Amino acid sequence: MNWLSRLIRYVVKFSAFITFAVLFFIIAYILARGIPYLKPSLFALEYTTENVSLLPAIITTLIMTVLALLISAPIGIFTGFYLVEYAKSGNKLVEIIRITTETLSGIPSIVYGLFGLLFFVTTLGWGFSIIAGAFTLAIMILPLIIRSTEEALLAVPDLLREASYGLGAGKLRTIFRIVLPSAMPGILAGIILAIGRIVGETAALIYTAGTVAKIPENFFASGRTLAIHMYVLSSEGLYTNQAYATAVVLLIVVIGINALSTTISKKLTKGNIDG
Amino acid sequence: MNKVGINMKSKFLEKLMEVVFFISACASIISVILICFFIFANGFPAIAEIGIFEFLLGRDWSPSNVPPSFGIFPMILGSLYVTAGAIIIGVPIGVLTAIYLAKFCPKKLYSFLKPAVNLMSGIPSIVYGFFGLVVLVPLSRNIFGGNGYSIITASFLLGIMILPTIISLSEAAIRAVPRSYYEGSVALGATHEYSTMFAVVPAAKSGILASIILGIGRAIGETMAVVMVAGNQARMPAGLTKGIRTLTANIVIEMGYAAELHRGALIGTGVVLFVFILLINGLFSVIKRRMT
Repeated sequence: MNWLSRLIRYVVKFSAFITFAVLFFIIAYILARGIPYLKPSLFALEYTTENVSLLPAIITTLIMTVLALLISAPIGIFTGFYLVEYAKSGNKLVEIIRITTETLSGIPSIVYGLFGLLFFVTTLGWGFSIIAGAFTLAIMILPLIIRSTEEALLAVPDLLREASYGLGAGKLRTIFRIVLPSAMPGILAGIILAIGRIVGETAALIYTAGTVAKIPENFFASGRTLAIHMYVLSSEGLYTNQAYATAVVLLIVVIGINALSTTISKKLTKGNIDG
Repeated sequence: MNKVGINMKSKFLEKLMEVVFFISACASIISVILICFFIFANGFPAIAEIGIFEFLLGRDWSPSNVPPSFGIFPMILGSLYVTAGAIIIGVPIGVLTAIYLAKFCPKKLYSFLKPAVNLMSGIPSIVYGFFGLVVLVPLSRNIFGGNGYSIITASFLLGIMILPTIISLSEAAIRAVPRSYYEGSVALGATHEYSTMFAVVPAAKSGILASIILGIGRAIGETMAVVMVAGNQARMPAGLTKGIRTLTANIVIEMGYAAELHRGALIGTGVVLFVFILLINGLFSVIKRRMT
């Protein structure tokens, strides 16, 4: 039986080793191949076929992120308020909202892209545009924001709410002045993860925001985000080195986002122990 | 007098905001209805025109032939093959890694590895796809032969991509098993490894199963990464080292220039994919409900 124990230990450790070795290898490989090509010329204001500049894509990504969050964050956070602070237990609607949120989080991004193409681009007539892409992404990240808000609100002790009511504050005041500030780190961690999904998204954007490589002049112009930029570069096959460089930028953003989200949620758990 | 006025105003605001919150809460319901409506309403007419059996079981996809032929059976098989491959590769490694993280990992190392798993799920699929293109495709060409764009390559890449899903959910399920299972087994003289494998892990089996189902959903819905490594030939699967096209790839490759019935057939492909996903999600929530 001792040899079996030892075997189990080896197999388990070996599997974990494979997982983290693969992750490490992916990151190291892309950084090693890409960093030499991160030249200043890649950050020129203008995209040309001689110099496939990243900067327009970076700016488009920023615009897209802000826009999608402006649409999705209030709706997601308000949904959280409704689910936790207002809805009574056993409410049928809450059950339906829960099911639809779960459904939304399971829908693959290509289906979101297809929907965005059919609804925002064609039916509403917005064409391939930043705004069509942003709305599509806003629906895609909605479940993430709802869930993190809900969890953050549930973690706020009822004592705080009762103390606020006891001092004569109304429900609304209690939510915005007492509950929201203490739930903020959790909500923020969710929003940061949502930013990560927006930055990395490709399939939902190709047929909604399009692939034009210029800085968009307005919300109804087409524009490519960094992830789409990378897809176009690597599928054209002419700019592999620049694709490596784009992958480096994407990886750095994703690593930064994850670190930030981890730090914030660590602060959150610490705060709860103190309280 | 003034006080009554303020009271009225704040009461009105309270009610107004409650309505605003309520409307916001309905957004996710409206979104699901809109998505279902637009995908189905645009896909069904085309499927009906092609003929449902012709569409689902037809072995020939040649939209530009005269007359065109719209059979997506090769793509259905393609999606199933690469998903099965991803499960074969990703599940054992993922579940064992979850067991390591939950029961074998030193605390210091854990605080480093847990964020690493999160990072793994945060890496964009386009980056995974690119990695597959520049590393896995040549590797598979050298080891297995063919041109490297194949079922095997796509399976390996998807297997890697579903790891974080399987690891985090399985780990949570294993951690949720009451300590008494483990302690009881150790008290009977079993080793740490034995107790973990034969007392704790079996008790977490429905959670682990749920993680696998979610992994299947991820694999079947993955688009960009698969497009970059699978070869994308719209024909019946011809072997593990040969190329293949998935449902997702079919949509993303041809949507850009498709028109009329061809376009409808692509949306119909989306319908089939969507139905697969809804079934998988349904199964997932049934298992999750049974757990609690």
